[in-house]
Amino acid sequence: MNDELRDLYQSVILDHSRKPRNFGELHGDGCVHVHGDNPSCGDEIDVYLKLNAGKIEDIKFNGQGCAISQASASMMTQKIKGKAREEATKMATVFRGIVTGKDRQLAEEEELGELILLEGVQHFPQRVKCAMLSWRALEQALNEKAGTVSTEELGD
Amino acid sequence: MPDWTAIRHDFPILNQEVQGHPLIYFDNAATSQKPRQVIDALVHYYEHDNANVHRGLHELSNRATDAYEESRRKVARFLNATEEEMIFTRGATEGINLVAQSWGRANLKPGDVILLTEMEHHSNLVPWQLVAAQTGAELKHVPVTDEGILDLDAFNSLLTEQVKLFAFVHVSNSLGTINPAQQLIAQAHAVGAKVLLDGAQSAGHMPVDVKDLDCDFYVLSGHKMCAPTGIGALYVRGSVLADMPPWQGGGEMIVRVQFSSSTFKEGPARFEAGTPDISGAIVLGTAIDYLESIGREAIAAHDADLAQHALARMSEIEGIRIFGPKTERGALVAFALEGAHPHDLTTFANTQGLALRGGHHCTQPLMRKFKVPSTSRASFYFYNTKDEIDRMIDILQDARKFFAP
Repeated sequence: MNDELRDLYQSVILDHSRKPRNFGELHGDGCVHVHGDNPSCGDEIDVYLKLNAGKIEDIKFNGQGCAISQASASMMTQKIKGKAREEATKMATVFRGIVTGKDRQLAEEEELGELILLEGVQHFPQRVKCAMLSWRALEQALNEKAGTVSTEELGD
Repeated sequence: MPDWTAIRHDFPILNQEVQGHPLIYFDNAATSQKPRQVIDALVHYYEHDNANVHRGLHELSNRATDAYEESRRKVARFLNATEEEMIFTRGATEGINLVAQSWGRANLKPGDVILLTEMEHHSNLVPWQLVAAQTGAELKHVPVTDEGILDLDAFNSLLTEQVKLFAFVHVSNSLGTINPAQQLIAQAHAVGAKVLLDGAQSAGHMPVDVKDLDCDFYVLSGHKMCAPTGIGALYVRGSVLADMPPWQGGGEMIVRVQFSSSTFKEGPARFEAGTPDISGAIVLGTAIDYLESIGREAIAAHDADLAQHALARMSEIEGIRIFGPKTERGALVAFALEGAHPHDLTTFANTQGLALRGGHHCTQPLMRKFKVPSTSRASFYFYNTKDEIDRMIDILQDARKFFAP
């Protein structure tokens, strides 16, 4: 087995993809729903965010996708639940650095915990969109703009 | 019977390792590899004959023009058309756009129906969406059954006198289905419709005779049949071509240009504005010579043999869902493996030297119909072997163990 492949699909990642955490939907007052679309592969993810006084009170996601997009979404929801909006926005930027291998902010990466395991994605450039799909939806949800985002629209 | 081993050696690219494993190239429905004969012809052209066509009065221009027009005759013979009916294009997509924008805009009006099918590639959907918006014509689609074939009862009821154009794929790139083209074309003609046949996956894989099929338009892409990318051809029945206005303006396609108006050439030249892909067109002729030296009947038989072997071996894999017809099919198998998303599977396969395609194959509406975001696809050509398919089976088994819970 190829080392980069083992690195990409570490057991924690496969575990999250098989048993995604915070899988589901949120509806009602204060909930924002953003649909994330990766037209290059057809994967779709829905992110549901409940903000309360500038904090993420709850977050869920559902949809189908590859192991990378599912694990990334699952770990993301665990990490940002309870965080302030600004912290979550910052985490999305730091995470982008981890999976693209560009503009890395090593000092801040510790905050992201096991999400650092997705570092292997940078060796598979065509998979960056998979890792970023839920985060792109999160970024839009944090701006309280319901709707659809596509990985084709910005430079991920 | 052709010597398939010797033929495989004509393809230098196949003799390499990828990620430490011998390359298994199973993405032929996306693009085929090129034999040395085609590569050599391309180099020869640029080392000896390169010049612009149709306008020079010097030796090189004459050679380039002769070779370009000779290639047009070869493509025409390959399809049993005449050279006056063959237009060079960038590929099948451009051919369809040309028909939509030239014939379609001139002939379609509100109340008319453009009939397509649910198994069309985006290239045979989007150009018609554009021309429908421009002309007010309506789009309808022949449904696909769960087995992956066209619903012929539904086709019969959709065929009304309002149908002015029926455009459909000869061999489906995402299901492998070989459509009964001759029968469908005859039925569409019976209600007065013109018919476009998308030959992207058929031209290099089986004998194609446009007179026998009786289609009005046929498009092909050179790069899927051993020629370079950027060249293709469009056949238009002569009597239809006469009524088609230009779609792109520029040099080469004009008779006389004034500041405010121009007159246009007849025949294929009318649709070849600007300097064409001269080298591409010439070596498309070389690719055709190469395919004909093997024989398209032999290629089709070999395709069928590989497809049946793949189907039989893949059916052994637990948790696999295979799309498309089980019997006669083109040289490809699309599938979904339980627990292994196509993207993950493609990444896994790549690390073993196996080039698969994972995605929607430019047939998003069809994927939605089958309720999958994407599939994996192994597509073969005559240089592939059963041994490669057997190695793919081992890789798929390993992937299943790796990803399945």
